[in-house]
Amino acid sequence: MKNMKIGVACSPGLAVEKAYILREPEIPADLGSIQPDQVEQELGKLNGALEKSIGQIEDIYRKALQTAGTEEAKIFEAHRMILEDPIFREGMENAIKDCLLTAGHAIAKTAEEQAAVFESIDDAYLRERAADIRDIGNRLLYNALGIEIKDVSSLNESVILVAHDITPSLMATIDREHVKGILAEVGGATAHTAILARNMEIPAVLGASGILSMIKDGETLILDGGKGEVEINPDEAKIAQAYEKIEKTARIKKELRLIKDIESRTKDGRRIELAANIGVPSDTGKVLEYGADGIGLFRTEFLYMDRICAPCEEEQFEAYKKVLRDLDGKPVIIRTLDVGGDKEIPCLNMEREDNPFLGYRAIRICLDDTELFKTQLRAILRASVYGNELIMFPMISNVEEVVKAKKIMEEAKAELERKGQEYAPDVKVGIMVEIPSTAVAADLFVDHVDFFSIGTNDLTQYILAVDRGNTRVSHLYNCFHPALIRLLKNVVEASESRKGVFTGMCGEMAGNPLATLLLVGLGFTELSMSPGSILKVKKIITSVDTAYAKRVAEHVLGLASAEEIEAYLKGELKALGLDYLLEL
Amino acid sequence: MRSTEILIKNKTGLHARPASEFVKAAGRFKSAITIEFKDKKINAKSIVHVLSAGISAGSTIVLTAEGEDEQEAIETLTDVIDKFEE
Repeated sequence: MKNMKIGVACSPGLAVEKAYILREPEIPADLGSIQPDQVEQELGKLNGALEKSIGQIEDIYRKALQTAGTEEAKIFEAHRMILEDPIFREGMENAIKDCLLTAGHAIAKTAEEQAAVFESIDDAYLRERAADIRDIGNRLLYNALGIEIKDVSSLNESVILVAHDITPSLMATIDREHVKGILAEVGGATAHTAILARNMEIPAVLGASGILSMIKDGETLILDGGKGEVEINPDEAKIAQAYEKIEKTARIKKELRLIKDIESRTKDGRRIELAANIGVPSDTGKVLEYGADGIGLFRTEFLYMDRICAPCEEEQFEAYKKVLRDLDGKPVIIRTLDVGGDKEIPCLNMEREDNPFLGYRAIRICLDDTELFKTQLRAILRASVYGNELIMFPMISNVEEVVKAKKIMEEAKAELERKGQEYAPDVKVGIMVEIPSTAVAADLFVDHVDFFSIGTNDLTQYILAVDRGNTRVSHLYNCFHPALIRLLKNVVEASESRKGVFTGMCGEMAGNPLATLLLVGLGFTELSMSPGSILKVKKIITSVDTAYAKRVAEHVLGLASAEEIEAYLKGELKALGLDYLLEL
Repeated sequence: MRSTEILIKNKTGLHARPASEFVKAAGRFKSAITIEFKDKKINAKSIVHVLSAGISAGSTIVLTAEGEDEQEAIETLTDVIDKFEE
């Protein structure tokens, strides 16, 4: 069979392995009833299923702690509590004793009833717990019926995991050594599973609808996570080719490791800081592993998700402090809360909006709810004494917003002083440049900020009026569009006009090796990206000098389309012998 | 048997994380522990029971423990609830 573009490219990399199909087990439609003399036997089965399930959950919890971190592992603590719940257990026992149902039937009925109770209450938190109860109910049921639950946390051979849905909790517990690729019928690039796959550096293709009907268990697959392609039963030549490519990639990665501790400077000595984007405090391990110069974007939204009330100052302070301490004096840019109507954040009671990206989000919420904002600012300021901290405001569209945000920050400082709490007095303040108005009028902001950080993902979608999640227009989304590049130039020039003000970038473009020459040439001094991209970008920076990069940028500014620009940049990298970095 | 009346003051109420912390603490005692709320009797060791009760901020509950460690249970759990206040 030929190569097929089958789904969404979610985590780059190539894998050649046998398919390991994870099917949801079939449950008999009628789980049956019993005679009164069978009650004891079914109660015994129920008890056995509970014990077995608790044992499994404990194993998964331990595994998740290692592979996915404390936050991810918490979901399994909740599962265990439900398994040990006396009321839940009583409900199942009564269904056996009073309704004379089989253990399996009693489990299915009780779990569904309890899930329905939670769902009927209008509460986002309880709705999620309903999903937990169904999950637990399924596990119990499989154990009661003696159906083997396919466990992918320890496998004997290398595989590509194929399933209808690979849930984040399943992903968190997979055998990282043996799962070489992920292929699922549902999901997309922004799904939690995709993010985990990228963190674990496992190639993944999601959203491949219908794939289960095309693949048989044990068939050999070539999965290309960077292209969203899969080939079923490839011929020997293709397999050999793919293996060769995988080996080459491994070799290059190993070579890149060698430059981990080399400073990121151009040949003529210009320093370009290469920083990492992180979402949770436990990400710092990865940041240090790749030799990042700091954190260019610490998203703080995680603190507000999956909970009923906003996090208190103390909890936030601890999270920020941990990151600053781990980075040991390297700069950490903390971005204040950036959420909007496209994400459900129960603790903020946000309304659904027709146009969430043009709506009530980020700084717009914070400037209204000053208590929420000040709580976060106090926590960030208190953490500032533990390292080199910078604060960044998101979604700024005019100068007044910066002035207001800084005024609220001064109030937060005054409150800390009254309580005798310490903070670093010289914390730098910057803004995200992601709204075209701010990029166009960047010169108006330089008197108010210490730095700009360009968020290319939003800036591209705003200036091109393209929702990149909309498949009918997503082909129009391209960060190499000449208009965007002109905006980048404008922002850098504005910052260069003020001593001490710098421009960085924290969007996906910063980690794209195709953009590196251009960004250095335009004058960026800090690039922040996912940790896995740092060494690729460093390789390019350390291979060129500034004058050459400037010529490249000038040439790009004379080109009329994104296609021409991409082709030109590819050609330059090829001439440098560095185009292999694009394939990693 | 020991009982005490408690006012739930924290913003979240006996919900989400506070609820699971409370239930975990209750589970450590041998005594039978119940919460009386709006004429309902709730098993304090059951996370599903406590969550579905919807005990919000400002509610008054009666906490009752019966068993060998009832005194300690009441003291500890009152403490757990007090600590929720932020």
